[in-house]
Amino acid sequence: MGSSKNTAVITVLGKDRVGIIAGISNLLAEYSININDISQTIMDDVFTMIMMVDLKDLEIENSDLSDRLNDFGKQNGLSVTIQHTDLFNAMHRI
Amino acid sequence: MITDYEVLETMHMFTQEHLDIRTITMGISLMDCAASTPEESCRRIYDKIMRNAGRLVETGEAISRKYNVPIIHKRISVTPISIVAAASGATDYVMFAETLDRAAKDCGVNFIGGFSALVQKGYTNSDRILINSIPEALAVTENVCSSINLASTRSGINMDAVRDMGHIIKKTAERTKDSGALGCAKLVVFANAPEDNPFMAGAFLGPGEPECVINVGISGPGVVKHAMEQVKGQDLGVVAETIKKAAFKITRVGELVAREASERLGVPFGIIDLSLAPTPAVGDSVARLLEEFGLETCGTWGTTAALAMLNDAVKKGGTMASSFVGGLSGAFIPVSEDEGMIAAARSGSLLLEKLEAMTCVCSVGLDMIAIPGDTTAETISGIIADEMALGTFNNKTTAVRIIPVPGKTVGDSVEFGGLLGTAPIMSVNNSSCADFINRGGRIPAPIHSMRN
Repeated sequence: MGSSKNTAVITVLGKDRVGIIAGISNLLAEYSININDISQTIMDDVFTMIMMVDLKDLEIENSDLSDRLNDFGKQNGLSVTIQHTDLFNAMHRI
Repeated sequence: MITDYEVLETMHMFTQEHLDIRTITMGISLMDCAASTPEESCRRIYDKIMRNAGRLVETGEAISRKYNVPIIHKRISVTPISIVAAASGATDYVMFAETLDRAAKDCGVNFIGGFSALVQKGYTNSDRILINSIPEALAVTENVCSSINLASTRSGINMDAVRDMGHIIKKTAERTKDSGALGCAKLVVFANAPEDNPFMAGAFLGPGEPECVINVGISGPGVVKHAMEQVKGQDLGVVAETIKKAAFKITRVGELVAREASERLGVPFGIIDLSLAPTPAVGDSVARLLEEFGLETCGTWGTTAALAMLNDAVKKGGTMASSFVGGLSGAFIPVSEDEGMIAAARSGSLLLEKLEAMTCVCSVGLDMIAIPGDTTAETISGIIADEMALGTFNNKTTAVRIIPVPGKTVGDSVEFGGLLGTAPIMSVNNSSCADFINRGGRIPAPIHSMRN
């Protein structure tokens, strides 16, 4: 059921402020991760940003990327998580 | 392309609705660990478990990190020890339990199941030794779980074993009374025990299972409750459909994790057990989910009907999501592990007799029920006999995990801590069934067992 593409979804939830996208994009650039798509909405007064990224050869479980995203979130009062896209494909596609 | 709604729904399930992979359980056959001395057999058991499960915990953690999905437990199930130890000549199997305990600790898993015997039709000498070793084995180990299959639709009910287990449960309670009779929380008796169940305390690897296998248990009563909150007041057909969809999604998470674990460990994937297994956390309760159907308190009239529909809809959604659904799959109704059940039992709305009726349509049975310490062994055997009959005659799995807490009576409660929770002591009908239980023998298999 897993796809061959090594892509991930980054979800940011919290209060909107200047520099969220910049901060996360800079972080991703350090790992040479390309952003395929970004969408933003306000849902129930919560700022929500969803990024689709191409991980190339990076393995989430063997990298400190998720910890760094987490730390960035904590410093800015946000929740930032990264999850491999296969999870969403498994749950939402027959 | 995944939509924003789908991403947020998924996030919400994990962060707000307590969706989790409850356990990755590695089944390891110990058939080739039989030896002519107990020392040699134990050495082989320890080595084989370490060889197969040494990387289980780290693999679980890596998968959890990749998908940001909580994987709560990594566990091991093994061939029933009564089979493995039979050739060893030992007259007591506590040493085998200690070996399992040591292997579990060294692998970093929190439970190992398989201090077990299958006696639905009668005892082997080894089964007798194992059963007599249970009280001591559960007292001197921390991570070992024990299960005994007493009945099956094919074989009927072994009433000698039902009688004996009443005494064994009492002894286990007495032997572990300093910890609230915790030993009994690690001991379960079954009718029609599944051989591939990943959930404790009943996990063991049946004789028909492969050398080594990965079984995954997944849980999410909170997800189903949340889904049901979206269809308040609508008819029950809509509710059934809603539960099926939620069950489908959570089963797919289990399937993904199971396949990945199987690949990484080089061990075949066995089954997904899609069970709504509650925890004491608020929002992770099967009782509250039943109340969402429109019941004031779990245990009132309508509870059995709601549970029947829930259990069935969960299975239907699950089987659509994975080709290999097995184990217990359905809704668990343990009392001490479910915040809503505890509240219902305390309020007097949920009685033992009603729980028994509910076990006719739930996936397991009377689970994590604390009763007064002065309940007789025969009464406990009577409770077991009734539950075994429900399973045997209705062609389903049933079980009893009951805890007669020494020194406690109705109105008290006992604290086990962690996922095992808190159990209010429930009232038991003490009118004697001793003469019935002491007859012994076998209850013949029901007529509908003859399907050949």
